[in-house]
Amino acid sequence: MHICKAMMAAVSVAGALSASAARADGTVEVLHWWTSGGEAKAVGELKKAFEAEGGEWIDSPIAGGGGDAAMTALRARVVAGNPPTAVQLKGPGIQEWAEQGALNDVQSVADEGNWDSVLPPALAEIMKYQGKYVAAPVNIHRVDWMWANPEALKKAGVEEMPTTWDEFNAAADKLQAAGIVPLAHGGQPWQDATLFEDVVLGIGGADFFRKALVELDPEALTSDMMVKSFDQLRKLRGYVDPNFSGRDWNLATAMVMRGEAGFQIMGDWAKGEFLAAGKVPEQDFLCWPTPGKGFVLNSDSFTLFKVEGEDRIEGQKVLARLIMSPEFQKVFNLAKGSIPARTDVPLDDFDACAKRSHADLLAAIENDTLVPSMAHEMAVPRSVRGEFLDLVTAFFNSDMSSEDAVKQLAAAIKRAQEN
Amino acid sequence: MARFGRALERRLPAIVVSPLFAASLFFVYGFIVWTAYISLTRSGVMPNYEFDGLSQYVRLWETPRWYVAIRNLFVFSGLFISISMAIGILLAILLDQKVRIEGVIRTIYLYPMALSFIVTGTVWKWMLNPGLGLERLMHQAGFENFSFDWLVNSHYAIYTVVIAAVWQSSGYAMALFLAGLRSVDDEVLKAAAIDGAGLWRTYTGIVLPMLRPVFLSTIIILAHLAIKSFDLVIALTGGGPGYATDMPATFMYSFAFQRSELGVAAASATMMLMTVIAIIVPYLYSELRKTSG
Repeated sequence: MHICKAMMAAVSVAGALSASAARADGTVEVLHWWTSGGEAKAVGELKKAFEAEGGEWIDSPIAGGGGDAAMTALRARVVAGNPPTAVQLKGPGIQEWAEQGALNDVQSVADEGNWDSVLPPALAEIMKYQGKYVAAPVNIHRVDWMWANPEALKKAGVEEMPTTWDEFNAAADKLQAAGIVPLAHGGQPWQDATLFEDVVLGIGGADFFRKALVELDPEALTSDMMVKSFDQLRKLRGYVDPNFSGRDWNLATAMVMRGEAGFQIMGDWAKGEFLAAGKVPEQDFLCWPTPGKGFVLNSDSFTLFKVEGEDRIEGQKVLARLIMSPEFQKVFNLAKGSIPARTDVPLDDFDACAKRSHADLLAAIENDTLVPSMAHEMAVPRSVRGEFLDLVTAFFNSDMSSEDAVKQLAAAIKRAQEN
Repeated sequence: MARFGRALERRLPAIVVSPLFAASLFFVYGFIVWTAYISLTRSGVMPNYEFDGLSQYVRLWETPRWYVAIRNLFVFSGLFISISMAIGILLAILLDQKVRIEGVIRTIYLYPMALSFIVTGTVWKWMLNPGLGLERLMHQAGFENFSFDWLVNSHYAIYTVVIAAVWQSSGYAMALFLAGLRSVDDEVLKAAAIDGAGLWRTYTGIVLPMLRPVFLSTIIILAHLAIKSFDLVIALTGGGPGYATDMPATFMYSFAFQRSELGVAAASATMMLMTVIAIIVPYLYSELRKTSG
């Protein structure tokens, strides 16, 4: 099969050529798929900071398919022995590549910058392979947010934001009676899975979430708690409008904005849509955590691949240091709408929702209720996540019973783990 | 010198064609072999060349989503091929009645074929969307009870793919049949008329049986469109609701590129190849036997 390797090498030779220019100040090539609006601006901040240090930045944005295209390019580059310096890659994907021996560690930089003391432990764990940092996180997104239109709620007579799923159901019933769509939702597998994991957190609590969706404990997966979670998901299915299938998340956000819908359950990238439309948090829209008193963590990170040559290794270290610098964490997250991955960055310039997110994050670390997101590739490998998505979306779009769903889920997870 | 020139002239075609031949041998058949081998390994995020038997096939056939994809393939191909052909034949026969401005009508029917499946899928997505298209139009026109939500109903969504594909391809089937009809000798039709055969009898008893080769090639062309259908599904339903309109091609894509399951993806690709072979080989066999005999 060496021929095949040689062939893949040939295919990616074009990429190799573009990366051959080197300078003594350190060179980095960064592969990412942040190509739209605020995201592109956020990456631009990193580029600016890196070039200010005298390094050379080679940008390799590969748009398309939510990173699928970039992953394909990455595969070819690694096989050809010419990986980029840093890749926008997150969660257990980091471990998968580390097991292939494709990553460099930046433990020396991490020791110097004392990363262990400033990152949430659950996040630090994901960034490490065999105890050494192989990736640097740029932000924290919170997945268990509920976005609401205060006027729509008022019209329907909902006075308090719900803190349990039962309260949510009661509020949703009122909205429905008032002729407002209770829950704006887009029927795409990852959005269904986002609802699902927020429901699991609210029904079972953080410990159960961890057992079922992170450790994939078969007992937890088939427990009554899981059946109850699916029951609640079935209730939520009744609260979406009939036209939800295939809708993009930002269109669902727009429904809340216009008052056509009361709630949306979505990560804090939805906030960007509200802000871009000139809406003010806590006035025009409300951000409120979904039930469960936890914090479902999603975080983008740059994973550091095994580059060779002093120049590039130097560049890689500079990049890692910059990513974790408090100044960069602040400007990047102001542009992207998330909060810094470092917990010690002051949030004075951030909006009310971000401040609330930060406060809840610290509380969650304190109470050990910080959990990694399954739907957003923070908790389990992509193969296992895919099985979750298939099952949850099949459940959401059919009349499958919760008992059947639980059985099929356990079988699917087992199958995915066989590889 | 002249002899060298002659030798060169004789070999020139072979010399010119050989790089292309080598390239296609390598990039098409080479990669088929590579994919088939990968399907016998435990490849995940990266190819892994350690032989592992049929485990990926076992996993593939344990996946409920694969069965959905297979069932959709049969439902879709069956309906798509038969409806496209039925409409194609009907249009071709009607057009063959020496109508005026035939050229214009023919072009109109053939035009959808000029669109890519992505365009077709997107347009039909808007038309079939209950909140945007047909259903809303009927509601506005006063038919409040009108309901057509196949696109968002996981039981019926696959039929919307059939509708869009038939719209796209039946004009093409018409063109093929029209060409076939034109090759039927006028003498045959006159003889039938003299014998007192009606229009129906002429077509079912005489003309259509004469078009057997056209039927065969139309089926082959439509069948391979059906098996590799990917873009239409992606544009129209995105494989949804849920994965209700998944096809083997979209299944393979999502396992290879979204889930880092190269092994299962390769196994599904191999299954698709076998399906195509099962259709194409008997066809080639019958065709080649005819030309050599």
